[in-house]
Amino acid sequence: MSSNGIRDRVAIVGMGCTPFGERWDKGVDDLLIDAAKEAIASAGVTLDDIDAFWLGTMTSGTSGVTLAKPLKIDYKPVTRVENFCATGSEAFRNACYAVASGAYDLAMAIGVEKLKDTGYSGLTGIRPVGDGTDAALSSPAAFSFVAPSYAERYGVDPEEMKQVMSRIAWKNHRNGAVNPRAQFRKEVSMETITKSPLVAGDLGVYDCSGVSDGSAAAIICRAEDAHRYTDHPLYVKALSFVAGPGGGPIDPDYDYTTFPEVVRSAADAYQQAGITDPRASLAMAEVHDCFTPTELVLMEDLGFSERGLGWKDVLAGTFDRDGELPVNPDGGLKSFGHPIGASGLRMLFECWLQLRQEAPPERQIATVAQGRTLGLTHNLGGSPGECVSFVSIVGPELSD
Amino acid sequence: MTAGIVSWGVYIPYWRLQRSAIGASLGGPSGRGSRSVASYDEDTTTMGVEASRRALHVLDGPLPEDLFFSTPAPAYLDKTNATAIHGALELPGWAGAYDMVGSVRSSVGALRAAQAIAAGHRSMAVLSDLRTGLAGGSEERDSGDGAIAVVFGGPDDAVVADWVAHAGTTTEFLDRWRTPGETDSKVWEERFGQEVYVPLVNQAWADALKSAGVVATDVDHVAVVGLHARAVAAVRNSLGVRPEAVAKDRSATIGNLGAAEPGVALADLLERAEPGALLALVVVADGADVVLLRTTDAIGAARESRRTAGLADVADLVESGGGDLPYTRFLTWRGELVREPPRRPDPERPGAPATWRSTSWKGGFEASDCRACGFRHLPPARVCLRCRTIDEMDPVRLADVGGRVATFTIDRLAFSMSPPVIGAVVDFDGGGRYRCEMTDADPDAVAIGTRVEMSFRRLNTAKGVHNYFWKARPVDATGDVDDQGGKP
Repeated sequence: MSSNGIRDRVAIVGMGCTPFGERWDKGVDDLLIDAAKEAIASAGVTLDDIDAFWLGTMTSGTSGVTLAKPLKIDYKPVTRVENFCATGSEAFRNACYAVASGAYDLAMAIGVEKLKDTGYSGLTGIRPVGDGTDAALSSPAAFSFVAPSYAERYGVDPEEMKQVMSRIAWKNHRNGAVNPRAQFRKEVSMETITKSPLVAGDLGVYDCSGVSDGSAAAIICRAEDAHRYTDHPLYVKALSFVAGPGGGPIDPDYDYTTFPEVVRSAADAYQQAGITDPRASLAMAEVHDCFTPTELVLMEDLGFSERGLGWKDVLAGTFDRDGELPVNPDGGLKSFGHPIGASGLRMLFECWLQLRQEAPPERQIATVAQGRTLGLTHNLGGSPGECVSFVSIVGPELSD
Repeated sequence: MTAGIVSWGVYIPYWRLQRSAIGASLGGPSGRGSRSVASYDEDTTTMGVEASRRALHVLDGPLPEDLFFSTPAPAYLDKTNATAIHGALELPGWAGAYDMVGSVRSSVGALRAAQAIAAGHRSMAVLSDLRTGLAGGSEERDSGDGAIAVVFGGPDDAVVADWVAHAGTTTEFLDRWRTPGETDSKVWEERFGQEVYVPLVNQAWADALKSAGVVATDVDHVAVVGLHARAVAAVRNSLGVRPEAVAKDRSATIGNLGAAEPGVALADLLERAEPGALLALVVVADGADVVLLRTTDAIGAARESRRTAGLADVADLVESGGGDLPYTRFLTWRGELVREPPRRPDPERPGAPATWRSTSWKGGFEASDCRACGFRHLPPARVCLRCRTIDEMDPVRLADVGGRVATFTIDRLAFSMSPPVIGAVVDFDGGGRYRCEMTDADPDAVAIGTRVEMSFRRLNTAKGVHNYFWKARPVDATGDVDDQGGKP
C-alpha cells in the first residue's frame, strides 16, 4: 500500500484523560467536559481558541451535537466518527489531517464511551437490520480461536500457552496497579488469572479486558506552531489505518495466528516514520490488548518479536514496564477497560506522559532516559480475520 | 393405476429424555424407556425440513411441486409454515406449499391430498409434531417429537408402493383436545373413547378391504397408530390379521409422535416389506382412516439406495438414541421452567426485506463460486475475495454437503436458550469455509476434525419472529451413516 504520511507536520500540544471505570457518577456530557477541560488547560488555550473538533464514539451519541451541546461550542465544525474499537484513534487521525492540510490552526480530537449505563455485561453494538444469519458469537469467542491456533502452529504446549496468556494479563494489571486513572488498580496473581472462570474457549475472565466508561482528548496544531503552546510537544510521525476485506472467517488459508490488517498498518506506519527496527527504535508501545492472545499476536504483527517467538519474549519479560520494550505501561485495556471511543486517545495520553517524562517516578519507563524517543499506539477493531487496524507513532523530537 | 409413494424421509431428534429422570426429579413412580425430544433450536418446521431433506436426498429426478405440511404445533399462525420448508428445500417457485395444522388427524389429510394431487408432477406430505404436556403428566412422558416426509409420484414414476385404497369414518366427539396456545392436551375418560373408536375403525377397515377386494388375512403388514393407547391396543386385536403382520409399538424409546406417527409407522412398513406386499395403515384420531398400499418391485432398489446414502431405517433410529437430556433442561427448552437470562441484549429480530433478499442463502444455504478462480464464498458474495473479480459467480447449494471442524470454541457469553454456544469453523467437502453454531453436540466431545453435516434450525425467536438458519451437527448425532459428502 502507499501512503505519504504527514511526518512532523502536526503536533500534540495538550492532552486530557479522565479516570476510567464504572463512572456511575458521570454521564457522557460530564466525561467529555472533564477530558476537554483537562486538555485545554494542558495546552494553555480556551475552547474558543479551537477551530474544529473530531469526536469519536461508537454507541454514546451520534453527530457533532453530542459534543457541541455539552461544551457549548460556538458554531464550529464538529465531526463525529466511528470505526469499531479504533474509533478514538480515528478521531485523532482525522483531526491531524485537517490541521496538516492547513484548513485549521488548532483542532481537538476527543473520544468518549459510556458503556456501563447499558446494564449489560460485555460490549453491546448497534447492528443494522439484517437477515439474522450472522453467527451470534461473542467477542471473546471470536478471539478465542487465536490461542489454540497459535499454540498448534508453533508447537507451544497448551499449559505453557495458558502461562503466556496469564503472563500478559499479570503484566498489564501490574502496570495498572500504580496508575491512578486505571479502572483496576490491583496486581493480580498468576494463579488467580490462570484459574479464572472460562468465558470462551481457553479465555478466562482475566484474559478479557474490562468494560468501563471514560474520555480522553488531544489538542493538535501545526508543528511549527507547537512551541507557542508548550515546550514539550509530541510530533506525529506516522498515522496508518487499514480496513481488511473481512475474509478471514471464510478463507481456509487463514489460521488465526496473525492479523493481516495489523501487519499492513504497521508496515505503513514504520515506512512513514522511517523505522526499520521497531523493537530497537521504540521507547514504548500501547497496543490493543482486548484479550491476552491478541497482545501476543500483536507482538509479532507489529514486528517486536520474530514469528512464532513472541510467546518466549512474553515469558522473558521483554515487554514488562522495566523490560527491553515496555508494552502497555499504563496497564492497557486490561487495567483501563475499553470505552471504545476513548481508548485510542488514552493510549496517546500514556505516550504524552511517558515520552515527556511526566509519568510519576514509580511508573516512568526507563527506555526514555536511555535515549529512545518514539512511542507507538495501536488499535484493533472487529475480530480476527475481519477487522480494522490503526497504528500511530509519536515522538518529542523533530526528525533531521 | 394411481399415484404412489416414491420416497420417504424420517427425522427423529437427537435428544432423549429418560422417563426415569422425570420420576427422579418430581418424585413418584419412574416410568421405563425414553422419549425423543426436539432440541431448543428445533420446532415442527425445522424437523419437517430435516425429514424432507432425507426424503429428497435419495430421489432422482424433479423436485416435488406441491407440499402439504401437517402439524398440531405450528410455529406460526396466519403465516404459512410450509413456505419455510419450501424455501429450505429450494422447491421451484411455482410449487405450492400449504399448511394443514391443528389436529393429529390432518396428517392423514395431508397424505391423501399429496397422493391425490400427484399425477403430472410429484408432491409431498410433511408430518411433524412436537409434544409437551404438563410436568409429570402422561402426555409429557409418553409423547415424542419427530417428523416424516412422504413423496408421491404418478403412475409413470418410480413408485415403490401403490396406493390401493383408503376408507374412513368420521364422528364428532370429545376424545382429546386443547385450545390454541396451550401445550397440555385434555383427554376424556379413556374407556369412553375406546367405546366410540373401535366400531369406527372396524367400519373403515371393512370398507377399505372391500374396496381393495381383499380379506384381512391378505394383509402382510399393518400398523395401527393413534394417541388413544387403549383404543389402539383394542383395535390391533380386532382386525383379524395374522398376528405376525402387526407392527411393533415403538413408543418405548421415542414416544408417540402424534401427528408424525402415521407417516413414521408407514415408513417402518416400507422399510421391512418385500415386493408385492400388502400394507395397511390404520389411524385412530377423531374417527378412523385406513390406507392400503402394495409395494412394487422398485422397493428393493429404493431401500438399497437409501442404505448407500447412509439413511437409517426407523428401526435403527429408534434404537440409536442420542444424548440423554436432564429433565430440568427439557423443562427449560419447553418454556415450563423459566431460567434467568444472561445479562446480554435480547437477539434482534431479522428484517423481513433482508430475509427475503437472502432466501437462497438463509433458506437454501447457497454459497457462490467465483467463475474466474473458483474461490467459494459463504455467504454468497459479488466481489471475489481471492481474485476480486466482480459479479462472475455461480450459486452452489451446500446444505446437503458434509464438512469437518477446522477449529472451534465454547462461547459461555453469547446468548442461547441452552448455553454454552459451540462456535465451529467448518471446512466443507469440495471447498468453502464457514463459521457457525454447532448443535446436538457435547462440548467435551467436539474436536478438530469432527465430521459434521448442516441442519436447519431456529436460531432464536425475537418479537415473535422465528429466525431460521443452518447449524452444523456432528454426523454421529444423526443416526445416519456419514456418506462423506452427500448429494452433489
